[in-house]
Amino acid sequence: MAELFAKLDALPVTLKHLLLGLLPGATPEWLVAVVSAVLSITPILAVFPLMFALTTVIERKGLGRIQNRIGPNRVGIPLTDIRLFGFGQFIADGIKSLIKEDVVPRAADKVVHFLAPIALLIPVLLTYSVLPFGKNMVPLDLPQTGLLFFFAVGASTELSVFMAGWSSRNKYSLLGAMRAIAQMVSYEIPLILSALTVVMIAGTLSLPGIVESQTELKFGFLYTWHLFTPWGLVGFFLFLTAAAAEANRTPFDLPEAESEIIAGYFTEYSGFKFAIFFLAEYLGLFAMCGLGITLFLGGWLPPVKLAPFTWVPSWCWFLGKLSALIVLFIWLRGTLPRLRTDQLMGFAWKFLLPMTLINLVVAALWHLSANSIPLVARWPLCFAMLAIPYWLLGRGFEAKFTKREYRFAN
Amino acid sequence: MTLPFAIIAGLTVGSAVAAMSLRNMVHCALSLVLTFAGLAGLYLQLNAEFVGLTQILVYVGAVSILIVFAILLTRSTEPKDEPSTVTPWVGISVAVGAFLTMALAVLASPVGKRIAAPAPEVSVKTLGQKLMTDYVLPLEVMALLLTAAMLGAVIIAMREKEGK
Repeated sequence: MAELFAKLDALPVTLKHLLLGLLPGATPEWLVAVVSAVLSITPILAVFPLMFALTTVIERKGLGRIQNRIGPNRVGIPLTDIRLFGFGQFIADGIKSLIKEDVVPRAADKVVHFLAPIALLIPVLLTYSVLPFGKNMVPLDLPQTGLLFFFAVGASTELSVFMAGWSSRNKYSLLGAMRAIAQMVSYEIPLILSALTVVMIAGTLSLPGIVESQTELKFGFLYTWHLFTPWGLVGFFLFLTAAAAEANRTPFDLPEAESEIIAGYFTEYSGFKFAIFFLAEYLGLFAMCGLGITLFLGGWLPPVKLAPFTWVPSWCWFLGKLSALIVLFIWLRGTLPRLRTDQLMGFAWKFLLPMTLINLVVAALWHLSANSIPLVARWPLCFAMLAIPYWLLGRGFEAKFTKREYRFAN
Repeated sequence: MTLPFAIIAGLTVGSAVAAMSLRNMVHCALSLVLTFAGLAGLYLQLNAEFVGLTQILVYVGAVSILIVFAILLTRSTEPKDEPSTVTPWVGISVAVGAFLTMALAVLASPVGKRIAAPAPEVSVKTLGQKLMTDYVLPLEVMALLLTAAMLGAVIIAMREKEGK
């Protein structure tokens, strides 16, 4: 029984080795490397865009329910009466965006306008190459620099956003691009700093290594996910907030605030180029969620080492956690209003940044006091060290010591 | 010379030439970013993963944005119709002369004939330990410099409020 589950767990890896074994023996080495890479890339290109397609439907239906509407529920399988609760919608949307006219403004900078969506999608797809999707399932294992690769490649999307906004020759596009860049540059700092705590504790930049660091067992059955420590708990929420801002999700969707600047930097894109922007945005969000899962939620590990949980294959755990986070983001989008620009910047620099810095110190303390203070005292102590600054920064500080200023209402 | 090296080198040099010769400033900046990325590719080729990825993070991610903002905020990006008044030939001859001098000097020196020492296994951990022990003073000086620059930027940005 256990062997069967282990086989199911290793199924993608076994399948890849099986397909590689089909190559004739005289194949040159570089060709084997290329085929191996293609075999690793294909599932990523198949699974995540499909997940994006399904997410668009789930998001529309979920938001519809939150707003007391029904949402898409008509399109099913064509030429039949089967409706699948409207889950055929994404195919119709895909066909629509493929056959729509591609309108490029006359004044636009044609080359840059054409290159921008490509320059956005490629880095986003590259970030997937270092994520461990399951046990032994990481397409590109960089033992020295895995996390750095993710952030380095992710940082280059900012320029693509600028390319899109600038080349459109549209004030809304340029405004959206400026907002997006200001936001992404500001929120990148808390994002990286909150991820840094995990690197400090795990002592490695390798993402599979970080998952390995969470495999220890507490009380004999509970995996030591970093989420279960005070710095990990706070760090995860700081990371999630910064990730939402980095992926331009509500409440941080100012770059594409449709009530103010139409669609922001991709106002002047139509047809399939628009679809690529849409795809890149969602894939970026999924990648961020995947990184958050790897860093704080134990990657492909189940929460406890007990029978029914360990039966589920590791890649199912990863995809399950990813789906849960996506649903959380949809829920947030239906719940929270959009921030104002000054609130956005104030939140990043005056709240998130100090909190991440304090979190770094607390993580160091947690690590150094591992042997001297028992867990029962260490956990509340470290948590209090984070909760008090949180309260001071978030509630007390501004309200108690400064007069509240209504900048735009006076 | 391997094929990946040829591709990366061609990309780097080509985009560097484009960065100098294009008429639209934003196009120049974008070409320059491609040059930065090409340099990062060269570092990665030399197995300097950390340096290469830091190059992407800092230059492609941050410095490029700084350049682009500087262009947008200071001057019009519209290329002027007038032809360039400076003839490039003087510059080209000086550049070729400088390059030849350097290349000849390098080729003549014994550096090229030395057998490469076995590359030490430099991990990110070693880098960090070196930075925190042997090179801690330069690091702190850099930190001080950056803090001073940041404070200066904040003060320049704050002046507007005092006037009210």
